[in-house]
Amino acid sequence: MTAYTATVTVRLKRGVLDPEAEQTREALERLDFELDALRSADRFDIDLDAADASSARERAAEMAERLLANPTIHDYDVNVVEAE
Amino acid sequence: MTVSIVRFGGSNCDRDAALALDSLDIDAEIVWHEDGLPDSTDGVVVPGGFSYGDYLRAGAMAARSPLMDEVRARAEDGTPVLGVCNGAQIGSESGLTPGAFTTNRSARFQCEHVHLRVENADTPFTRAFDEGAVISLPIAHGEGRFEIKPAELDAIREDDRVLFRYCEADGAVTDAANPNGSTDNVAGVLGERETVAVLMPHPERATLDDIGASNGIGTDGAGILRAFE
Repeated sequence: MTAYTATVTVRLKRGVLDPEAEQTREALERLDFELDALRSADRFDIDLDAADASSARERAAEMAERLLANPTIHDYDVNVVEAE
Repeated sequence: MTVSIVRFGGSNCDRDAALALDSLDIDAEIVWHEDGLPDSTDGVVVPGGFSYGDYLRAGAMAARSPLMDEVRARAEDGTPVLGVCNGAQIGSESGLTPGAFTTNRSARFQCEHVHLRVENADTPFTRAFDEGAVISLPIAHGEGRFEIKPAELDAIREDDRVLFRYCEADGAVTDAANPNGSTDNVAGVLGERETVAVLMPHPERATLDDIGASNGIGTDGAGILRAFE
């Protein structure tokens, strides 16, 4: 078994309104920053032991499917690296 | 009928629901989620509040609790199940009902009175009303914007599973009457059976005569809760 860190990033699907991100963008503009758009995402770093990277990825993806993301509104991606 | 009102850590409309049901002479008891549903349960209310502090997403934690496995099993057996506000979020997160409830278009918590059009009067929750009737209930939520995949929206409309839509006082379904940006103004939907429903507005807050009758709030919520008679 090898120690991995799986990073799951959950974001709203394109086209789903994100009022919090919109408020954040407006606040940045009030601070005189110039920007075209802002998108927010949730990131989960999961430490786990697995036989190989692909089984670590598979387990993290199932966590995303069953809890971390809501498939109605979210997309997610999973990145796996060996733990340091 | 004995209604089990499920209390999670952070539920805060459980006692309101108990009072409202009691005022209609419907037996109800508050059930702590870790204790499981009593055998006597023949109706379930998942009340509003902030279960698990809205961690991750509103309703996400409670939806994965063992108690909700029991609620799903009861729902499949035909036991009436009603989720209100946080209970609606829990219901959709648990797969009892379609779609999702997420951050209001305004990005703010909204506490106000809304009008709802009864879209399907052929359910236990709406049999007190005529289809197309306009009722009035309070909302109180930050994450009540109904989202659903386009193909699923088509399917639930086809199957008559939209229960209530936000509307004007005259019943017109307009964007101005949509308090939170819900897709298609949907305020409440049915599960796979007409005995399972969730809605963001609060029927238990517009049921008691001494709250509703004298000050314009009304008692339309009673018509919904009479599903448990």
